[in-house]
Amino acid sequence: HRKWSERKVTIFTPMSDQQETGPTMRRLSQLESVVLWNRARQIKRELKQGVKKPYREVIDISWGDPQGGGIKPLSFVRQVLAACHYPQLLNSDKLPEDVRQRAERLLKECAGRSTGSYTATQGIPYIVKGISEFITRRDGGVPSFPNNIYISSGSHAVKTGVLTPVPCYDKVNMSIRELGGVTIPYYLHEDQGWELQIEELNRALESAKGVCNPVALYVMNPGNPTGSLPQRRSSFSWLMRVNDLEFVSYKKVLAEMGPPISETVELASFHSASKGLIGECGLRGGYVELVNVDPAVMEYIYKLFSTDSCASVPGQIALNLMTHPPQPGDPSYSLYNETTLIHNVRRVFEVLNSVPGFSCQPVEGGGFAFPRLHLPLNAIHKAKEAGMQPDEFYCVRLLEESGLLVNPGWNFEQKEGTSHFRMNIMIKEETLEGVLRRLVSFHTKFMKEFS
Amino acid sequence: MATLNPQVKAVEYAVRGPIVLKAADIERMLQQGVKQPFSEVIKANIGDAHAMGQQPITFLRQVVALCCFPELLDSPVFPDDAKQRAQRILQDCGGQSLGSYSASQGVQCIRQDIADYISRRDQGVPSDWNNIYLTTGASDGIMSILKLLVSGHGSSRTGVMIPIPQYPLYSAAISELEAVQVNYYLDEANCWALDVEELQRAYLEAKQHCQPRVLCIINPGNPTGQVQSRKCIEEVLHFAYEENLFVMADEVYQDNVYSSDCEFHSFKKILYEMGPEYFNNVELASFHSTSKGYTGECGFRGGYMEILNMDSQVNSQLVKLLSVRLCPPVSGQAAMDVIVNPPEEHEPSYSQFNKEKSSVLDSLAHKARLTEQILNSVPGMKCNPVQGAMYAFPQIFIPPRAIQEAQALSVAPDMLYCLKLLEETGICVVPGSGFGQREGTYHFRMTILPDPEKLKVLLEKVREFHLRFLEEYSHPEPQLNICTETEHRETSKQPN
Repeated sequence: HRKWSERKVTIFTPMSDQQETGPTMRRLSQLESVVLWNRARQIKRELKQGVKKPYREVIDISWGDPQGGGIKPLSFVRQVLAACHYPQLLNSDKLPEDVRQRAERLLKECAGRSTGSYTATQGIPYIVKGISEFITRRDGGVPSFPNNIYISSGSHAVKTGVLTPVPCYDKVNMSIRELGGVTIPYYLHEDQGWELQIEELNRALESAKGVCNPVALYVMNPGNPTGSLPQRRSSFSWLMRVNDLEFVSYKKVLAEMGPPISETVELASFHSASKGLIGECGLRGGYVELVNVDPAVMEYIYKLFSTDSCASVPGQIALNLMTHPPQPGDPSYSLYNETTLIHNVRRVFEVLNSVPGFSCQPVEGGGFAFPRLHLPLNAIHKAKEAGMQPDEFYCVRLLEESGLLVNPGWNFEQKEGTSHFRMNIMIKEETLEGVLRRLVSFHTKFMKEFS
Repeated sequence: MATLNPQVKAVEYAVRGPIVLKAADIERMLQQGVKQPFSEVIKANIGDAHAMGQQPITFLRQVVALCCFPELLDSPVFPDDAKQRAQRILQDCGGQSLGSYSASQGVQCIRQDIADYISRRDQGVPSDWNNIYLTTGASDGIMSILKLLVSGHGSSRTGVMIPIPQYPLYSAAISELEAVQVNYYLDEANCWALDVEELQRAYLEAKQHCQPRVLCIINPGNPTGQVQSRKCIEEVLHFAYEENLFVMADEVYQDNVYSSDCEFHSFKKILYEMGPEYFNNVELASFHSTSKGYTGECGFRGGYMEILNMDSQVNSQLVKLLSVRLCPPVSGQAAMDVIVNPPEEHEPSYSQFNKEKSSVLDSLAHKARLTEQILNSVPGMKCNPVQGAMYAFPQIFIPPRAIQEAQALSVAPDMLYCLKLLEETGICVVPGSGFGQREGTYHFRMTILPDPEKLKVLLEKVREFHLRFLEEYSHPEPQLNICTETEHRETSKQPN
């Protein structure tokens, strides 16, 4: 009596029989870097059991998880959340005035004054409205409408094609394939600071002809893993000065380009409480703002979201605290300080670019560095023998010998023949020093071994 | 619209559907001062306990608050057992914080606590924490499993067997995934019992046009509230074994059993008791949630699933699928941990915890009986016993004229009924057509959650409305009378 699941392994099979072609259109069934994660788990276990190693703990900088990396959450955020969950805390003076006021305000917007109630499908209206105000402020007055905003707890998600950057955050490509879509890679230009070149977008679009129906373009700003900010282009050729970088949203630029473009290009902009200053990954709060989407389609979007009931209420609250942080004069304002990642970014850039075998583009934004490895041929051959991609091989050795866990570039897709890894830089400054020490020491030994 | 994913177009979810949108419109009008025949909209459409006044369980909120803001661990305001649990959870979180991503299967100690709970609940049946996955509400788990199991083309396309009536997440998911929906009808005349012969009938019929692979059961039932007997569960599992079906047991209402003649038996426990040939072969996924029971924590989006006998390769794919969404909300995972790891007899919070728990469950049981009683006293309404869950699903008689009117308006007859109920009384319930029902029968689903006083008022208004509705649509056609009179006058004028 055999289980049916033994008879079939047709998971994530695209609707048609068309075979995937090319190394960049990989099937989801390939398990990425399983060797690395399994080894990391094993090493952590061994360390716990007291096995001697050249290091006392594994430093995991493979995820974009600031709090996992030791950065403390913002007190204001946690105090408000605790008070919302356990309103008895509002009776004492222990919590600052602005915390108590915000918690009261938020509880008023929860059905039955409870964070345990379901909310409206798009999110608590007061919080959604707050998000639209935040977006309008951020974009210098470009209006944002609450009806176009959906708060979400996480990804949701003929052959439809989506243009995605190379390199790209791996979950994006997985999501697209999971839905039966096809990813159409467009390569960011590493030597020019990971620039997105229009000519390359056109080439990618051409390549899709006959293979799939491209309907969407996915861009990440700032980039993950690259950390790059796109150059702002218009017929007036605006230029960004390196030291004067500013985040400009796609929505703002779209609005400023005026009709007909500003009224026709369909745009979905995503944001999250997992990154930025607030770094609350575990609360799962994010939103999407939709622009120029057909009203009939918006109805269906509503239905789709409603089958998930609503986003997690703690996540929604985190978004409100992100869009409306304490202001100067509020008791919690001084504690709500900016975590300067600028130091980390500069440090990584200067250290890695001074070591032979490494090169790193300036990290203009985001939470990661994505340095390039210039590996000797011997290392590349050794990797092939071991059945691994060169950067995966490097990362496994890095883990074994120095206890540093990073994310091989192979997971994010990259130009054929290049090697990279992604490391989280949303970590404490002292931790970063430790990381760079281990990294440089290992790298020097590795390069010598395979020269 | 042209490039909209066609599968999305087919998705419907009645619980938050058009009637709820209408209710929201009316609420807005009331707020703006527009006069209605009622002063408030009562949302009896969704199983949202706190929204209807149910109080959260103190101990659970204490543990979650401590996890959110660990500085509170120094506060004398919180009892030791709450602190101990919070510390235990935080210990297993990255950076000892709720704000860290957890492993995509969930925080390890919570998975272990869940396995212990299941074992205790099932009187010793072993549970392996490696088979436990935390989920974002039960819906997330259900959706993930279905995504995994749906495949094939044409006549080999996966068929998913679902009860009629069902919780519309299933039909929505089936639509979205383009699986084949295979209906098996619960027996209304028999307290919504599940008859294995009906399962067999549905299966055989479905085999002609698809490959039935999945069998979904909701126990206790939603919207029907029936609690499956041990014997029935055995028969279902035997059927699944024979036909090689993957069983999905939605047990989110396992703590909501009101009838003294009924008892919750988990599918897993029964499977175990059927012996190793069954226990080691039948593929079973069981789901639970923080949203129901006695805690009613819907907003936290907490849940878990336990998976048995899944092929290891398929399992790897599941792990990969789950990793795409990174992890379920950690606050929800913490809430789930409290549910499976409540205060024990020797602990300080024990007596208050149990007092609160009993108070909630006793109240629900009382409201279940009250609702059943009052609805059954209304002519033209028949309500099966509400044995469990949180809803009443009475059958309503809709006169032929009302049916015609509904058809003319292109709405289901019970939707017309519910819209009128909403407009005249402010009470929002969900039409039976949103859940599925036998052809020619009509129902609505209402929750039993409002507090007893409000519930009585609500039920009275429903009764009054129903009688009015019957009255309005039972009169013979007025036009018919006018016609004959005119005809009569004409004929009487005719010469000679």
